[in-house]
Amino acid sequence: MPDYRGNGRPAIRVDGVSKAFRIPEEQMHTLKERALHPLRRTGHHTFRALEDVSFDVKEGEFFGIVGRNGSGKSTLLKCLAGIYSADRGNIWIRGRMSPFIELGVGFNPDLAARDNVVLNGIMLGLSPREARARYDHVIEFAELEEFQELKLKNYSSGMHVRLAFSVAIQVDADVLLIDEVLAVGDASFQQKCFDVFNRLRDAGTTIVLVTHDMGAVTRFCHQAVLLERGEIVAHGEPEDVANHYLELNFNRDAPEHTVGAARAGNGAARIVDAWCEELDGTQPGMYLQGHELRFCARVEFVQAVEDPGLTVVFENESEVQVLVASTAIEHERTGRFGVGEEVVFSVEFTNVLAPGRYYTIVTISRLGRGLELLDRSAREMSIVVQGSASRGGVIDIPIRSSIERSPSSDRRHAEVG
Amino acid sequence: MNTVDYAELGPPIRGPSALSGDWRRFWHLTFTIARTEFKLRFYGSALGYVWQLVRPLLMFGVLDLVYSLGKLGAIPHYPAMLLSGVVMFNFFTEATAGAVRCVVDRENFVRKIQFPRLAIPFAVILTACFNLGVNFFAVAIFTFVDGVKPRVQWLELPLILITLLIFASGAAMLLSALFVRLRDVQPIWDVVLQVMFYASLILIPIERIQAHNKPILGVSLVHLWMINPLADVMEQYRHALLGPTKVILSGKVPTRGGISAAAAIGGYPELAIPVGLVVLLLVGGFWVFNRSAPHIAENL
Repeated sequence: MPDYRGNGRPAIRVDGVSKAFRIPEEQMHTLKERALHPLRRTGHHTFRALEDVSFDVKEGEFFGIVGRNGSGKSTLLKCLAGIYSADRGNIWIRGRMSPFIELGVGFNPDLAARDNVVLNGIMLGLSPREARARYDHVIEFAELEEFQELKLKNYSSGMHVRLAFSVAIQVDADVLLIDEVLAVGDASFQQKCFDVFNRLRDAGTTIVLVTHDMGAVTRFCHQAVLLERGEIVAHGEPEDVANHYLELNFNRDAPEHTVGAARAGNGAARIVDAWCEELDGTQPGMYLQGHELRFCARVEFVQAVEDPGLTVVFENESEVQVLVASTAIEHERTGRFGVGEEVVFSVEFTNVLAPGRYYTIVTISRLGRGLELLDRSAREMSIVVQGSASRGGVIDIPIRSSIERSPSSDRRHAEVG
Repeated sequence: MNTVDYAELGPPIRGPSALSGDWRRFWHLTFTIARTEFKLRFYGSALGYVWQLVRPLLMFGVLDLVYSLGKLGAIPHYPAMLLSGVVMFNFFTEATAGAVRCVVDRENFVRKIQFPRLAIPFAVILTACFNLGVNFFAVAIFTFVDGVKPRVQWLELPLILITLLIFASGAAMLLSALFVRLRDVQPIWDVVLQVMFYASLILIPIERIQAHNKPILGVSLVHLWMINPLADVMEQYRHALLGPTKVILSGKVPTRGGISAAAAIGGYPELAIPVGLVVLLLVGGFWVFNRSAPHIAENL
């Protein structure tokens, strides 16, 4: 997370904002009924989109609003942008505000770039003179100098987005409101967008980002709020808010250590229970990335078995085996276990799994002449790993990197921790 | 969290509204949208704005042909009047029928950015004004060819057109706001416009009505007819363009010119009725639009 460098004065204050929508209940009327009661009101029910939301955003702060679908975050953004009026509460915004709720509002496919840039600029609050004066900058930033005379309908979608984004950032706003516009465009364009936002933030622009990309929140935001059912349920450091968000998302249907059907094996042993825990024995249900993790399985022996071992496979949601942990690596000879004996096998490792849900395949087997499968419980239990910075891989381990110029071109060295 | 004085923050932002208190932005937006619309209307057509003239001219041609078969040729400058009437009514139709759907059709603006909502219906009206301007070239040429001599009273013509503009604006605001809630507005207004065309002294000159004048519920038919503000606009236009008629309300065909709106409705006090209607529509239209403006985005 970047450091906050602003002066601490609020640029945005949201004070007790509530917003409800009246949803008309669709009633099926026959044509005759319609004719008989042309003015009859259909019923409504009220949907509370925002409920007493309050927060401050300081000048020069990069502020995240996160929440699941339907949590009210877009409604909040539209209230901030002045598109919806709040039912209750007040919103203060200091300075000029530019919404990035949708890029290219007012673009017309039959017009060339110049007309569209002016049109869109005026839509976003520029005067026609300002909009014309910025045209060259816009085209330059969008890298579309060669295509100025082309009608917009002949633009590729990438060119379209580039042009629209360029207009939007030329508005010189003090406060930027950004909806998930960055979902469009390729990775390099998204990076370019964030580079611009970072530059603007460093220049003192206040930025509000609405997203459910926790990576973006933790990478760019100073502060964040989490909305759930129209209310703020977390407010503070982006990492905490992101963790809270993951918890909300995964907790709904997280089955904890249960072992049921779908079994294999010769029945000489039975997996009674299997679970994950922290090293202190607690089972939070969410396992933080980077922490030590212990996986345990309680096994009851039905027959006497010599040298059994535990193997657990962690599969991610795409059914890729991400990690295989086994007791057999350290303890090949585990000894003899008698009938009715109950034993807890466990493996410990540093949790480098990327955030997400993992299913376990637990196997009790015996290494003798070949592999003898005693019991196997596949995908009956899952754990959720939470972490703030998923870089997109299946594991996240500490990375060291360095950048060295070849000696002929430059003498400088840079080392990045 | 309330460590900062609220006074330092200034007034809270207001939600979307009809005008947002910023006239310059309102005008910039209205003008830009209207100009783009106007430019795009004949985009890619070889003759461009010429088509804008063709429609009223063609309609005029047909109507003139039909009615020259009747006895209306006796009315001086009937063709010139017919063409002006058609052009002015065309403006009224374009401004109001276009305004009905305009807010709904511009949904992408309304739901995505904050701006004075009133800019949308006014852009439609302004586009119609541009077209009226183009069409008035044809009207002016035709009027001269028809042998109408310039008069001082022509100075009155802009005022008459402004009255028409005000009437259309009031209707446009009312209709565009109502349509968001009630989609029946569109077919209703289509019918109203059709009736208005025949009730606005365009095709049927006032002389024909005077010829069949009879009291209805104690009020003369001509007077009732003139309650329609468009009829007053048309008749006043004719009066200003051609000069006053010599014979008033005698049942005979007048020798030349038109009848002032006041004379046609029976005096200045009575003229207050159509004028009042125009003012009422403007104020009422604005009131309705202004009231629904904050919630247009969510009601679409």
